[in-house]
Amino acid sequence: MSPGDFVALAVVLFVIGAVGVLVRRNAMVIFMCVELMLNAVNLAFVAFARMHNNLGGQVIAFFVMVVAAAEVVVGLAILMSIFRARRSASVDDASLLKY
Amino acid sequence: MTHGGVLALTHVAAETQQVAFWLLAVISVSAALGMILVRKAVYCAVLLAVVMLCLAVLYAILGAPFLAFVQVIVYTGAVLMLFLFVLMIVGIRAKDSIVETLKGQRVAAGLAGIGLLVLLSLTIGHAVIGPAPAQTAAFGAANVNSIARLIFTTYVFPFEVTSALLITAALGAMVLAHRERLEPKLTQRDLSRLRTASGQPAPLPGPGTYARHNAVDMPALLPDGSPAENSVSPFVSHRIAPPGTEVGGRALADEQRTLLGSGSQEGEPE
Repeated sequence: MSPGDFVALAVVLFVIGAVGVLVRRNAMVIFMCVELMLNAVNLAFVAFARMHNNLGGQVIAFFVMVVAAAEVVVGLAILMSIFRARRSASVDDASLLKY
Repeated sequence: MTHGGVLALTHVAAETQQVAFWLLAVISVSAALGMILVRKAVYCAVLLAVVMLCLAVLYAILGAPFLAFVQVIVYTGAVLMLFLFVLMIVGIRAKDSIVETLKGQRVAAGLAGIGLLVLLSLTIGHAVIGPAPAQTAAFGAANVNSIARLIFTTYVFPFEVTSALLITAALGAMVLAHRERLEPKLTQRDLSRLRTASGQPAPLPGPGTYARHNAVDMPALLPDGSPAENSVSPFVSHRIAPPGTEVGGRALADEQRTLLGSGSQEGEPE
């Protein structure tokens, strides 16, 4: 089983996450799909680390996890303040600039 | 152990890994697909947890035990719990609307996804990805030590910057989630004054108790026979009879008919 299989799985998960970001309307679910994409990229990093026998890939995956955790904290806080103002988590409802 | 025995063991381990990989690949891809197809946000969160746990096992197979544990503790443990907490606040019942705001957006998104998949697969298919080299100690027992050495020597500056990022994120979340109290907090005296002035000083009437229905979801009847709307909690009536349907009202009418017995049959409109 070569690391190529893992990279292929990472590609599939990344594409599913990207389609989810484009299709879904709920901001929470969009966030989750972004997390899925980040996880897919992490899997690719770890697979490449194994392929090249170089631990740098694992360290970068670790940093990606840290940044993703920070991103989730701030993003969810923004989402909550939007929800407080508009009583809705749908991205379609935040359309004040249009009118 | 003989040389042949070691070889056989390695072979068995490789086969086990292969089976585990395909199993986890199928589970994680179907969970990810379910994530973008299921309408309720809570189900999405649970399916995402499944994907993340699968990825943790894949990390372990790829010789990254440290990252496997970090994945379970940080992602599945902390990040997803945070998601669930916010889901509880934002509304667990929230569903995605099926209405398309932009015409043909879903089809376009699906086509873009297929295009991205083809593009990435072609790129990766063209790359030469050989079999994994023999596993060194850095991808096995000494994984944590090796990663620690890398983080605290080569990557020590990014690591320090990370701490600034985490503190900034925590502060940002506190600032964003903080709500300023604009009016003074009501004391017990204020509350009792308000209650007396509201015209409803006593508690609200309790729900009705009938022969065939649960008490809490059926309104009590007023002396003139009409239902008392404020005797049922709005949350209960919302759950039982969503706006637009008249299930609760019809059940109550049936009940009334039963209660009044044969006396009302002559005046029945139906």
